[in-house]
Amino acid sequence: MVMTMYTSNNLCNIRTGTVIQGKWHKHRYEIIKQLGKGANGVVYLAKEGRTFVALKISNQATAMMSEVNVLKRFSEVQGVALGPCLLDVDDWIHPQEQKIYSFYVMEYIEGDNLLTFIQKRGKEWIIVIILQLLGDLHKLHEKGWVFGDLKPENLIVSGKVPKVRLIDVGGTTIRGRAIKEFTEFFDRGYWGMGTRKAEPSYDLFAVAMIMINMCYPKRFERKENGREQLRLMISSHPYLKTYEKILWRALDGKYTCAYEMRKELLQCMQQPSMQTEKKRGERVVHVKEKKKFRWVETMFLFVCVLFMYVVYLYVQIL
Amino acid sequence: MRKGTLRQILLITDGCSNHGEDPIAMAALAKEQGITVNVIGVLDQDIIDEQGLREIEGIAQSGGGISQVVYAKQLSQTVQMVTRKAMTQTLQGVINRELKQILGSQASIEQLPPEKRGEVMEVVEELGETVNLQVLILVDTSGSMKTKLQTVKEALLDLSISLNARLGNNEFSVFVFPGKKGEVDRILDWTPKMESISSVFPKLTSGGITPTGPAIREALQQFQKRRSLKSLFTHDGDDDVYIEQSM
Repeated sequence: MVMTMYTSNNLCNIRTGTVIQGKWHKHRYEIIKQLGKGANGVVYLAKEGRTFVALKISNQATAMMSEVNVLKRFSEVQGVALGPCLLDVDDWIHPQEQKIYSFYVMEYIEGDNLLTFIQKRGKEWIIVIILQLLGDLHKLHEKGWVFGDLKPENLIVSGKVPKVRLIDVGGTTIRGRAIKEFTEFFDRGYWGMGTRKAEPSYDLFAVAMIMINMCYPKRFERKENGREQLRLMISSHPYLKTYEKILWRALDGKYTCAYEMRKELLQCMQQPSMQTEKKRGERVVHVKEKKKFRWVETMFLFVCVLFMYVVYLYVQIL
Repeated sequence: MRKGTLRQILLITDGCSNHGEDPIAMAALAKEQGITVNVIGVLDQDIIDEQGLREIEGIAQSGGGISQVVYAKQLSQTVQMVTRKAMTQTLQGVINRELKQILGSQASIEQLPPEKRGEVMEVVEELGETVNLQVLILVDTSGSMKTKLQTVKEALLDLSISLNARLGNNEFSVFVFPGKKGEVDRILDWTPKMESISSVFPKLTSGGITPTGPAIREALQQFQKRRSLKSLFTHDGDDDVYIEQSM
């Protein structure tokens, strides 16, 4: 998304080595490089002393404050890291412009974004990440939030044991309100398949679209009939086809919570794939043969007993 | 705080006005009446007409609103974003005014320490969710806009999806300029639902002149008519609280 007006050019070009010192808390951050640009601001990798941090700076104090509010709420949820950890909130007075910019500092989450990760490590990771993601979303929904702007760019896979993390909480909205920020491809309103009300099913639609995006890394534009177009995309891709039923339930907003979708995905995986089904079939045939054999055995015994009885009768008569 | 109504004019155009009053003056007039004017400039290719650009920025500035120039493709995202941002901006202005009353003339949200600012922001967001909104949309249908009208239609439908997800009520009205006979034509009267424009849009013919100024003037009159009609029906003008931003 290009929002030229909203993010000033000066903020995009803060040079390496620039020291940003907060007006209120006086912490000093040395800029290293730009990590990314959002609709509301620019994120830089920075150093405070020896620790690396991510610093988001913007000329829109209000948008920044609402993001900070979300991050604060997330940190209240103990034991689970739903978003990046919030470290500092402050203002910076630009030395040349004498203008005030707001910034906040978070934990730096090192890793690849979801698309890059899958391209590097292989498709078998898709389902692992999706299951992790659904677990996190469930916790988030239970706390009364909806993530909103869910897309591969906002998901970072980090750590030796790969774990997905949600970054950029710009779209995170209180349940029941209108979604604050979204990306068309992952938005059910854009596809004409639902409202923009913040409810769990809004995020789950995006999860299904993320799975589609994994298989079609070049996103496509909506045509006349969005639903039909998605149907074709799903049924013509072998990977998506395995999860077709679940994907459609998510796209149609049939799941009321993330756990439900997670459970069905797990069940779908445990179901025997084509190969194991064949093996099972063979075993069944064996059992049938055995049964037949047992039947023959019984007949044989029966005939034997009958024969002996006949012999006995014959002997008796004689 | 009492539930109020925000009033906005959203102007969608692709160039310079060439007929009637100065649109920048008309926008200033709107602001005086507590109505915010936002402008979206729609581009085809990489051509930005300097004069057109200056006018777009000028109208938004004097109308107390937001302006944004985009390619036709990005129109949907932009329309909803500009409307939401302008709402927040107006509400913030209101909060700032209240803060000044409590804390003295120096106070504004930016001057609070970051810790306190968060709480104020929560109030602004809460208001933005529940406040009633009236948006009058002015669409430029002069010659060069012809090819972009389909995109404009989709963007407006998209806007109603976004805004109708809020808890507060919305009302939309759509005007096009130049009109068939006069300078401005109304194609959609105040309604919470935008769907009906689908049938009107394809039939639009494009004219030669671009009377942006008169269009804004007409929009202002529509707001006033609405206000007096409402007070006539409710017999109580105080029923409607209009939220206005003071700078």
